[in-house]
Amino acid sequence: MAIITKLALGAGLAALLSTAAHADLTGKVIGFSQIGSESGWRAAETSVTKSEAEKRGIDLKFADAQQKQENQIKAIRGFIAQGVDAILVAPVVSTGWDEVLGEAKEANIPVVLLDRGVDASADLYLTGVASDQVKEGAVAGKWLIDTVAGKDCSVVELEGTVGSSPAINRKKGFDDAVGATANIKVIRSQTGDFTRAKGKEVMEGFLKAEGGGKGICAVYAHNDDMAVGAIQAIKDAGLKPGSDILVVSIDGVPDIFSAMVAGEANATVELTPNMAGPAFDALDAYLNGGTAPEKAIITESKLFTQADDPQGEYDRRKGLGY
Amino acid sequence: MTRPTAQIHPAPQPPALRHRSVTAALLRPQFLALLVLLAINWLLFPGFFTTTWQDGRLFGSLIDVLNRGTPVAILAIGMTAVIATKGVDLSVGAVMAIAGATAAVMVTGGHSAVLAVAAALATGLLCGLWNGLLVTTLSIQPIIATLVLMVAGRGLAQLITEGSIVTFTDPVLIFIGTGAVAGLPTPVVVLIALTILTTLAVRRTALGLLIEAVGINRSAARFAGIKASALLLVVYAFAGLCAALAGLIVAGDIRGADANNAGLWLELDAILAVVVGGTSLLGGRFSIPMSVVGAMIIQAMNTGILISGFSPQFNLVVKSAVIILILVLQSPFAANLLQRRHLKAPPKAQEGDRA
Amino acid sequence: MTAQDAEALLEARGIVKIFGQHRALDDVSFALRAGEVHALLGENGAGKSTLIKILTGAYRPDGGEVRLQGAPVSFRDPLHAQSHGIGTVYQEVNLLPNRSVAENLFLGHQPTRWGLVRRKEIEARARNILVTYGLDIDVREELSSFSVAVQQIVAIARAVELSGKVLVLDEPTASLDRNEVDRLFDVIRSLKARGLGIIFITHFLDQVFALADRVTILRNGRKIATHALTEVNTTDVVRMMLGKDVAFDHHLTGLAGATHGAPCVRFAGLGRKGSVAPFTLDVHEGEVVGVAGLLGSGRTEMARLMFGIDLADSGQITVDGKPATIRNPAQAVAAGFGFCPEDRKLDGIFGELSVRENIIIALQAKLGWFRALNREDQIDLAGRYADALDIRAANHDMPVKLLSGGNQQKVILARWLAIDPSFLILDEPTRGIDVGAHAEIVRTINRLREEGLGLFVISSELDEVVAYSNRVVVMRDRQMVAELTGADVAPDRIVQAIAGTPVLPVSAVAEVAP
Repeated sequence: MAIITKLALGAGLAALLSTAAHADLTGKVIGFSQIGSESGWRAAETSVTKSEAEKRGIDLKFADAQQKQENQIKAIRGFIAQGVDAILVAPVVSTGWDEVLGEAKEANIPVVLLDRGVDASADLYLTGVASDQVKEGAVAGKWLIDTVAGKDCSVVELEGTVGSSPAINRKKGFDDAVGATANIKVIRSQTGDFTRAKGKEVMEGFLKAEGGGKGICAVYAHNDDMAVGAIQAIKDAGLKPGSDILVVSIDGVPDIFSAMVAGEANATVELTPNMAGPAFDALDAYLNGGTAPEKAIITESKLFTQADDPQGEYDRRKGLGY
Repeated sequence: MTRPTAQIHPAPQPPALRHRSVTAALLRPQFLALLVLLAINWLLFPGFFTTTWQDGRLFGSLIDVLNRGTPVAILAIGMTAVIATKGVDLSVGAVMAIAGATAAVMVTGGHSAVLAVAAALATGLLCGLWNGLLVTTLSIQPIIATLVLMVAGRGLAQLITEGSIVTFTDPVLIFIGTGAVAGLPTPVVVLIALTILTTLAVRRTALGLLIEAVGINRSAARFAGIKASALLLVVYAFAGLCAALAGLIVAGDIRGADANNAGLWLELDAILAVVVGGTSLLGGRFSIPMSVVGAMIIQAMNTGILISGFSPQFNLVVKSAVIILILVLQSPFAANLLQRRHLKAPPKAQEGDRA
Repeated sequence: MTAQDAEALLEARGIVKIFGQHRALDDVSFALRAGEVHALLGENGAGKSTLIKILTGAYRPDGGEVRLQGAPVSFRDPLHAQSHGIGTVYQEVNLLPNRSVAENLFLGHQPTRWGLVRRKEIEARARNILVTYGLDIDVREELSSFSVAVQQIVAIARAVELSGKVLVLDEPTASLDRNEVDRLFDVIRSLKARGLGIIFITHFLDQVFALADRVTILRNGRKIATHALTEVNTTDVVRMMLGKDVAFDHHLTGLAGATHGAPCVRFAGLGRKGSVAPFTLDVHEGEVVGVAGLLGSGRTEMARLMFGIDLADSGQITVDGKPATIRNPAQAVAAGFGFCPEDRKLDGIFGELSVRENIIIALQAKLGWFRALNREDQIDLAGRYADALDIRAANHDMPVKLLSGGNQQKVILARWLAIDPSFLILDEPTRGIDVGAHAEIVRTINRLREEGLGLFVISSELDEVVAYSNRVVVMRDRQMVAELTGADVAPDRIVQAIAGTPVLPVSAVAEVAP
């Protein structure tokens, strides 16, 4: 009973809210095929998607693929059979989607890709919502340029897993940004495999190789986890992260905000877990207004620094499953 | 009943021979490889051997090699025993994650660190016993039996941490990962202690010989009255315990349990360390200290790549090239080549005599 | 001794082969003619295997040369030698037991069409080939469904089809019975008539005289002589092999029925369904109970039950008058039992462990994990028993796999003596062992008896069984069918007991069509 009341209340609230936007997804059934829960960010994306759906009164059918494409295809076919109004997919791989996307198109069910793209004809899906990884790197680079304000700065870079697209793109964005300046130089670059442990190990090596860290002005990590590891390595070397060595990274996970609270991290560029919000907005416009969205919706790459209420940001994220 | 006895001169080992065997041990290709790698590291980075005293502990790249090599070395100690029985344990990486997760969740849940450590070690022991039961009672091939836990174990760890990195501030756990004892990082001290204890345990008791016997010929071991199943159970349980210890160290190091990444693929590094250390995958003769040396070879290489400034794209290429080189050096082929050179002279001299 | 043989088909001249510091072969020359069976004799360790491995390309000589039909050759590996006409058949059939006979015959060189194996053609050709060997069998059946003799002939046929000039037979008769050996000899004679040169390695002197034209004798890596068998007799050959006169006094008299001590073990109604029918047997201190019977009669199975390798489903075991539970070998060892298994390599030897460790391992297993024998104790024990049994090894730290078969057997025997057993099971203790070691093992059995052990000895060689047994039990069709004592312990009586019913082991020879 209580649940039903709550749902009804939520639906009513959502209806109220969306009247303002003269459109409504209340009561719509939307299937969501998630990759799995391989990282904290992924878990946060799932919980944000669920809460975004609840906010809009959407009946969200959630399917966890546990890292397997065949599970995703199975789930999508299930959604089609149930006759859902729309489907969200966070594809686990980029190939092999033509057939099942074709089936959805035939059934007239719009599909929105979340977070990652696919190698399939663009008319098989409505749109894709993703972040601009190059831009994330660029925002981090720009922050560093502004912060050092013309002073010489030697940067060490903790790259993501070799060959992965976030590693390639976040490197490119940063390089493009700081490449234009003469004062900022990336002196060392190694992969930390996106993990804390490797981030710490690589940073240890960098510190030794650069005279105990005296030559390092900033560390740029392709994700926050590596930055957290690097912060520990800097502390172990007897230096102060955040002041002796600046720390900038990407993702915006809770632990980097608590590091900011402690003054040990300087900035992070958020990869928002809220891919579903823009996706629902696009579906709303499409289903209710008949306007097809752009083929690619880019989420905002928002910069957070110690000045942006890190404690508050930490609290807001803590419960999301990071 | 008197056995046929003969007056025997049990040819006591001349002290010279013992002496020579120590020198021979130091001349093994593994030590050579380690020295060469360290020398290369020094060439790439002249400060490599510089070790300073900082905040009450030794600080330097050499210490980093030891410290970072420790988790794999600890895994390799357990793995050596398993491989000596002609088995293999693919689950140790996942067990690391499980143990780390257990300890982290315990301390964040308000339990004492001692209890958390005990629980983590017990979990590792249980995981090892599980593997051992599959191998002995159900006679499943070790590679398959331990694959079960390799796959399921990481999921188990994720269940424990609920998918996120569980960070903690417990000083005891952090001390295990990052503290220092007598100037050396705690993990290194743990490793040294474990190496010595395990070596004593297998060489001062009959365990080492019996493990080798089971690995060389399980059927003959049975005929000789060796209780192979009990031995295998102990060996797998020990590998699980080592994995738990490594898991605690890794978790303590990053002050958090990362169920997704802790120990990921480290089982392969551990197997490699054992093989580089000279223990055959076909079982039999094994050496715990040499496996530790094997782990340090791998780490010296990793650290070398790290400080070399090469582009990370070359990491795996360099790594595999070095490993191939080391394995070739210790292959029977190379041994034959060396031996032939060694022996070429005497036969020739004899032919000369005859002529 | 680099005499050259103008008629030689395959010739080795002045071969030297060195392993470490050991000269396995020292200036050995050997010539095989077309159309002859040339026996190669020598004790274990004499260098027979090494010579064969050089002739067939498995080893490369460190000196000397190999000539084929007068031209020097250097084989890369046995496959290369095979392509030059030299085929080898080993004691253990080296084929794939779970593939058909036809597939085994053509494995690796199947006639194909467009990459596909032509099954029908293979089978037809296989049938035709095997008929010339006197085998009329269903070539589509799995190889393992036939007797060892048939498998052996298939292996020979394969080797001859692939090579066709020289056939090397390395102890082909070791696991065959009388009829099978005769069948095999017919095949070999027909191949000889076809002009093949055949090198025949065996431990059975009578077979050498029955089959071979010439014999070459090796001792300690040197060639002693080559003779036509019309020129020499058995004594000559044994003398050349051993380098001394040995008297084979197998026929000890007055042994049967000799006094013996109290019962040391009693097996009452011990049995296992499908393996051995329940049997009751006492073995006394200072007594050797011999076991006779054909292969597959249940002899080995009986021993396995006694030692707890297979679990008995009926019966009790009493040791020194007290009931004992033996459900696994560890318990058997604890009860003072020892077991030298038939298959040394598979069930006995720890190849990479040292001679010393191989000797002390059972005692160590008995002592448990934590009461380790220290190095001095080990050296002392190994030295004592190696000396008592005259185990010839350069040192006791060398891997036992480098020893000859006879010495390995003695190592296993030493292993059991080291636990100070009261009851010892020996399964074919003299199989695959050279003449000298053979006699020593027989002497050792007698000595152990005199020292008060109870022994249970399985052997296919009746002369031998008679030589050391106080009593002989006869197995047939997985049952204990007779227990011979006193004057009945004689070869002819045993043969009668084995053949007691007209049911001969037909299965073993049925496929061998006349």
